[in-house]
Amino acid sequence: MDMTDQDRMLLAAIDDGLPLVERPFAEIADRLGWEEARVISRLQALIDEGAIKRFGVVVRHRKLGYRANAMVVFDISDEAVSAAGDKLAALPFVTLCYRRPRRPPAWPYNLFCMIHGRDEDEVRTQVDEAAVAAGIVDAPRDILFSRRCFKQRGARYRKEAAA
Amino acid sequence: MIDDVDKALIDRLQSGIRISETPFAAIADELGLDETEVIHRLQHLLDGRILSRFGPMYDAVRLGGGLTLAAMCVPEERFDEVVERVNAHVEVAHNYRRDHHLNMWFVLATERPEQIETVLGEIEAETGLAVLDLPKEEEYFLDLRLKA
Repeated sequence: MDMTDQDRMLLAAIDDGLPLVERPFAEIADRLGWEEARVISRLQALIDEGAIKRFGVVVRHRKLGYRANAMVVFDISDEAVSAAGDKLAALPFVTLCYRRPRRPPAWPYNLFCMIHGRDEDEVRTQVDEAAVAAGIVDAPRDILFSRRCFKQRGARYRKEAAA
Repeated sequence: MIDDVDKALIDRLQSGIRISETPFAAIADELGLDETEVIHRLQHLLDGRILSRFGPMYDAVRLGGGLTLAAMCVPEERFDEVVERVNAHVEVAHNYRRDHHLNMWFVLATERPEQIETVLGEIEAETGLAVLDLPKEEEYFLDLRLKA
């Protein structure tokens, strides 16, 4: 899509998040010197075009007691990977699910998902459940637990956008 | 600490709100709360850093940017030094140590797609280590609804 300069101004104005007031879009409009209705219709258009996936919150998993987080990866044939990905994405404990390229020999896996659990045992159990649910119990897989987060910038527009 | 009302609010907000003049009133109606309480609770959850931000989630690629997941195999004794060099790039959005021989995984987001290759090349040159570039090829969609 083509972003206009005005779209860029709008995204910059909401970069730190929505103001927590009764009419947040009116406050954004004030900052820009726009009408509230224009802010709302332009944001709705950006959602409809897919540039904004949604307005919502980013949860800090650890603060909610999800102490174990893992990137779980599978090697699934090219013909079967989309169906398996759709099934994994439907599971409540899967929070992201992507197909990415294999890079043999260093990296043989093409299906990636993030799984969050209260502890590592729970994650391992969920991985087993996920493999059954997606019909991929025989596929090579690996669990890469997150050990430490060194940088978390969150979803920002100025330099980029969410991962 | 968060209570059951906070949990319901978090669960509801993860899947996103509809844009309207009074989005918090709409959420309050759905959850049987009042608007002021929704706003106060949301402020409290943000202040307590249980939520990191309430706002738009972007699709970097549709915004015209570049985005990838990169992985490196970093020798243990060099880990701290390499983390510092990698994170010095503003394009690195987050960086995790993981249990694997590929032990460093970071997301790279750039304003233009062609900058991905440039930044990864710089990181390889600065560290003398190979970087695997693993861009998204397909996304499988889900409602974000990790239970609070």
